[in-house]
Amino acid sequence: MSTIAETNTGISHAKLGTWAFLASEIMLFGGLISAYVILRSGSAHLAVPPRSMMGVPLATFNTFALITSSVTMVLALAAIQEGNIAKFQRWILCTIGGGLIFLCVKAYEYHHKWEEGITISSNLFGSFYYTLTGLHVIHVTGGLFLMAYILWAGTRGDFTPDSHDRVECAGLYWHFVDLVWVILFPILYLL
Amino acid sequence: MTDAHGHAGAHAHAEPQGFIWKYVFSVDHKVIGIQYLVTSLVFLLIGFSMMLLMRWQLAIPTPPDDFDPEKLSLIRSFLNWLFPESMPYGFMDPVFYNQLGAMHGTIMVFLGIVPLGVAAFGNYVMPLQIGAPDMAFPRLNMASYWTFLVGGIVLLASFLAPGGAPQSGWTSYAPLSVVAPAGQTYWLIGMVIIITSSLFGAINFIVTMLNMRAKGLTMGRLPVFCWAQLVTAVLLLLAFPVLEAGAILQLLDRVAGTSFYIPKDLIYGSTVFPRAGGGNPILWQHLFWFLAHPEVYVLLLPPMGIIAEIIATNTRKPLFGYRELVGSMLLIGVLSFIVWAHHMFLSGMRTSLASLFVTTTLTISVPAVAILTCLLMSLRGASIRFNTPMLFALAFLPMFAIGGLTGLPLGFAPTDLHLHDTYYVIGHFHYVVAPGSLIALLGGTYYWYPKMFGRRMSEKLGKIHFWMTVIPMNFVFFPMLIQGMYGMQRRLAVPVEQSHNLPVQGWSLIIGIAAATLFVGQIPFIINFFWSLRSGEAAGENPWNATTLEWACPSPPPHGNFATEPEVFRGPYEYSVPGHKTDYWPQDEAA
Ligand code: HEM
Ligand SMILES: [Cu+2]
Repeated sequence: MSTIAETNTGISHAKLGTWAFLASEIMLFGGLISAYVILRSGSAHLAVPPRSMMGVPLATFNTFALITSSVTMVLALAAIQEGNIAKFQRWILCTIGGGLIFLCVKAYEYHHKWEEGITISSNLFGSFYYTLTGLHVIHVTGGLFLMAYILWAGTRGDFTPDSHDRVECAGLYWHFVDLVWVILFPILYLL
Repeated sequence: MTDAHGHAGAHAHAEPQGFIWKYVFSVDHKVIGIQYLVTSLVFLLIGFSMMLLMRWQLAIPTPPDDFDPEKLSLIRSFLNWLFPESMPYGFMDPVFYNQLGAMHGTIMVFLGIVPLGVAAFGNYVMPLQIGAPDMAFPRLNMASYWTFLVGGIVLLASFLAPGGAPQSGWTSYAPLSVVAPAGQTYWLIGMVIIITSSLFGAINFIVTMLNMRAKGLTMGRLPVFCWAQLVTAVLLLLAFPVLEAGAILQLLDRVAGTSFYIPKDLIYGSTVFPRAGGGNPILWQHLFWFLAHPEVYVLLLPPMGIIAEIIATNTRKPLFGYRELVGSMLLIGVLSFIVWAHHMFLSGMRTSLASLFVTTTLTISVPAVAILTCLLMSLRGASIRFNTPMLFALAFLPMFAIGGLTGLPLGFAPTDLHLHDTYYVIGHFHYVVAPGSLIALLGGTYYWYPKMFGRRMSEKLGKIHFWMTVIPMNFVFFPMLIQGMYGMQRRLAVPVEQSHNLPVQGWSLIIGIAAATLFVGQIPFIINFFWSLRSGEAAGENPWNATTLEWACPSPPPHGNFATEPEVFRGPYEYSVPGHKTDYWPQDEAA
């Protein structure tokens, strides 16, 4: 039985695979965001609700929560590179916390907007709002499961300072999810 | 992606024991390749059978003058018995016609040709050609197959939905697809599942080819087939998610009351469709074709790669212009993302925009012609071995050329205005995907069968199959080009209702007979496939005396493929090298 000791590119399979996956994710969100941009500029019936109804301060807070969780993810990676498991666990927990806060706020926002009459079928803006943020919420939720898994694997002792590919891949994914929000926030709330 | 096999070298998993783990839930790329092979051949047969029913209807669309319902012919009474509601007396209800048409297209493209070219041959051959023990992510590979199968079953199950199968064509144009019965929802969900499967596959292929090539196998020494798979994987990775986005929006339009594709005050069934509105049906066309044009190259590139392998082996000559071939494939890959709107010249786009897409479309035909030229030039001065795979390869070249050339009048907006949505378009793309891709895939089956099962297929049955496929195919598709130029529209159950179609109706009878012959012509293939499993001539490691790495391991290869990791010393097509002892110089043979 043969094995190939090193990869041709010098990049691990997992990391290369993650990059490929994220490329396809960019196309997925890219497709949806383009649809939004096209109808927003081209349709006479995409009425954007007044900013006061959108709850900008709360969404700004949420943006902050998600960006913070990206920072703590970087710190978690740095911790595992030093081999400091306790610190790693702490930062991953913070990352999970950031994601949870984001989801809770989002749930509140959805409820509130629905009460105000912005529903998925009320008008085109509402449709896009729930579709885009909903897909993003699914991604955040997936990311939280990923973080829980990383935490579990790290606690089990899977990672060492020179072998922690999965942490890096999870981090790439999490930063991507963060980045998507950083694009969605202005185009849905501010512009 | 983050499975426990994160690192290279972690793939030395032991060979699984027990039937289920070895042959059903296998993670071995070879077993998965064969699973895809068999599944997609079955889907092709299903899709073909649907089309046979439709061609029956088109051959005799209305009752002849002396028609007597009391004295039905054998075929009519059978159809009447099989589909009492949708084919009374053997005449097809137009709604059923639309359902079969939509399902035929969807099945052939997404469950037939693509899984055969990409997933079956790609999975089986590509890791062998790069000298790898397996794919980079074997479990993801298995997941890809099972997701694919579930997606296929969901699509087929749509026949059981209230209102029947989807009936909006494989293109599912809005807004009709939004107001269509429940079958369309199955279509959308099935597609999302299939897109997921293809995403798994594309990631796996890309990582495997970039990361797991044997020592010495630089990208410049990669067989053309692998290059084709690499470009294809990138197309799938980047184009399919856009259709997924489109499908999500259509799904929400259907189930959540959104109006992404529903204009304001859409009149449907003589009332205003109760929706907020404001959306745009053309948006769907853009999202669909952004995938579906690259998709046509997904249908084409792997077959082209197969043809290149077969031609090199059987001309006993290096391929003409390896670098030009690979370069053209890369160029096609890039350009295929900027031509999509040539499917939409009639959607009312600005002429300036139309000119842009005319230009890109004509540009992309340059690399396509370059590939064809390289393959043709490879034949020059060769002493060709006329075995079954080579016959298929030789037939591919002129028929693909017809397919490509008939695309040019469609690429020019002014001529397309006349030809759009006629049988001419049907003739055009079938020349590319049936006498083109499908022929190549059949050739590939004959070519790699000895590797997969250790025995050759019968040459005699193979040649019967070849002639009984190639001749009827041309009688099926060439008349469509003529009918289309007369203005016969596609997607009509009873074309004779319009008088301008009457002069060309006679061709439909010929097409129907040819299609039935084509069906019969596949029987020798099916017999050959199963008969040769046990009774074919034993193949040995390298039955064709070929040079690439898949012929450097036993047939069929054991779990893990190569006894020792192969090392590559030269390019893929070193045939008839002066001074070398044989007329082929395998890539792994030390000088
Ligand atoms: C050489 C270059 C080619 C050109 C210039 C070309 C051009 C076109 C154009 C302009 C159309 C739209 C016609 C209409 O709807 O009015 C079309 C349709 C189509 N082409 Fe091609 N094509 C080319 C090669 C191919 C290849 C290689 C494939 C597949 C492997 C292909 C598959 C298709 C399909 C599937 C459709 C019909 C889609 C539908 O409406 O259902 N074409 N082609
Ligand atoms: Cu196209």
